[in-house]
Amino acid sequence: MTLTDSSRKISRFGARYVLEARLRNMFKFIWVIAAISFLNPLLYLISFGVGIGSLITSNMGENGIDGVSYLTFVAPALLASAAIQGAMDEAIFPTINGFKWSKIFYGMNATPQTGSTIASGVFLTVLVRTTISVLAYSFVLYLFGAMDSPHAYLAVPIAILSGASFGAVMMAFASRVTNEDLFFTIVGRFLFGPMFLFSGTFYPLASLPIGLQFIGWISPLWHATELGRYATYGHSISPTMVMTHLLVILIMLVLGLLSAFKQFSKRLTK
Amino acid sequence: MSENLIDVRGLTKKFGDFTAVNGIDFHVRKSESFGLLGPNGAGKSTTMRIIAATSQRTSGEVSILGKDPELEGPQIRAHLGVVPQQDNLDIQLTVSENLYVYGRYFGLSRKFINSKIDDLLEFAQLEEKRDVKVEALSGGMKRRLTIARALVSEPDILILDEPTTGLDPQARHILWDRLFRLKEDGVTLLITTHYMDEAEQLCDRLIVMDKGSIMAEGSPSELIRKHATREVLEVRFGSERNKVIASGLEQFCDRIEVLPDRILLYADDGEAVLESIVGAGHSPNTSLVRRSSLEDVFLRLTGRSLIE
Repeated sequence: MTLTDSSRKISRFGARYVLEARLRNMFKFIWVIAAISFLNPLLYLISFGVGIGSLITSNMGENGIDGVSYLTFVAPALLASAAIQGAMDEAIFPTINGFKWSKIFYGMNATPQTGSTIASGVFLTVLVRTTISVLAYSFVLYLFGAMDSPHAYLAVPIAILSGASFGAVMMAFASRVTNEDLFFTIVGRFLFGPMFLFSGTFYPLASLPIGLQFIGWISPLWHATELGRYATYGHSISPTMVMTHLLVILIMLVLGLLSAFKQFSKRLTK
Repeated sequence: MSENLIDVRGLTKKFGDFTAVNGIDFHVRKSESFGLLGPNGAGKSTTMRIIAATSQRTSGEVSILGKDPELEGPQIRAHLGVVPQQDNLDIQLTVSENLYVYGRYFGLSRKFINSKIDDLLEFAQLEEKRDVKVEALSGGMKRRLTIARALVSEPDILILDEPTTGLDPQARHILWDRLFRLKEDGVTLLITTHYMDEAEQLCDRLIVMDKGSIMAEGSPSELIRKHATREVLEVRFGSERNKVIASGLEQFCDRIEVLPDRILLYADDGEAVLESIVGAGHSPNTSLVRRSSLEDVFLRLTGRSLIE
């Protein structure tokens, strides 16, 4: 009655089955996700791009910020922050749920799955969710005419990569959480909030006093935004800076994943 | 592979300075139903997690299906079904989806799992809940689903950690009935429990654990025969008088245990003992003659009762 040993297959492809289960979970909320993915950009673009944008245009002219309209300026930043927000949701909640609320990771770990395959599966789900958010957002940006330059499509993979990178870091943090109330307070008030406001999202980072600019330097959102602006309207940055931004994002991705993999395995075999 | 599906020798597990499991030995044969009986904190769940290849031991030797769980964890887990103490179902998914995704974690094909779902739902008596979200199930239903889920991969050993803790009596009896069916089908069961009636009903053989060590090993009837008498007479004289009167009762029975609320008199014929103490002028407020149980064995071995 014994079935053939599946552990070899699982060590190679196990993440796929975790992804499958996670997607089933995600699709229970697909209408919520779809609504957020389309409504969010709509609201932000109308209020910032059009509302504040008209104020800026009347004071500084048609191409008053960084040589482009305010809508064009703010669009790549909003795209990157949507990617990061989506990735964060998909990294944090399922991870805390898996270890703490429903403890489903312990159930998975009782099968041939391991900490690594489970972490990979969760990360793949982060990628899927980020891609959905980014595609929806880009579509709305396109409708608003904020994706007109020939290289604008490059903003899509850049945003997905940034989301994945931030998601990996958040998975690493979330897998260590024992007090989730405290964690959510820290993430919401002291991490995402300041990051959103001080990463050169709504104005060039250089217009902040130098003492506050460091928030941007350590913020994946700033690096993603700079690259996004480079893609969508040719924001002038040196090739060195392009490489630096990419490198920061990639390093965060790798460190986040390594740390998450290690902690998933450790916590599941305690 | 040896005849023993589980072989444990000198197993020790320490958490810092605390020794949760202290050098225990036991083995489980194929198609056997084996129990770990003991109070909370005895080291049962720790032992279970090591056998389920999800926790590392400090020292000793463990062989599950001929493999070392520390070296071949995933290979071993591919052949185990685990029912943890706390249900860890995917609460957003439906009953049948839970069975499906769990089978997928083992890498089983869609076709194979789908062919099993009906039988598993029938086994768990959840046919009508097939498309209901797990969130909405009662505690007993969740427990039965967790057991059905553990069976989706047709495991060689089914490991159950406190399967009926927290369930009402009716739900427990339904669950026992299901587990008994598995036992009849020849599934090898490893069960931890702190309910002696559960151990008596389900286990062919068991170890009694306390504070990380094994106090006794054998079949329920062997253990009762060895560590208790056939019958027990329970008498109550009121909580203040129990202790005073007890010393005068020792001569009437093999052994006496004084608990805060009652006195237990161990003898092969409880009625006869009752007659003789009444004849000697004692008049208990209440009296009850019953057969000895594993509870009495535990009391004898540790001086404490199982559920405190």
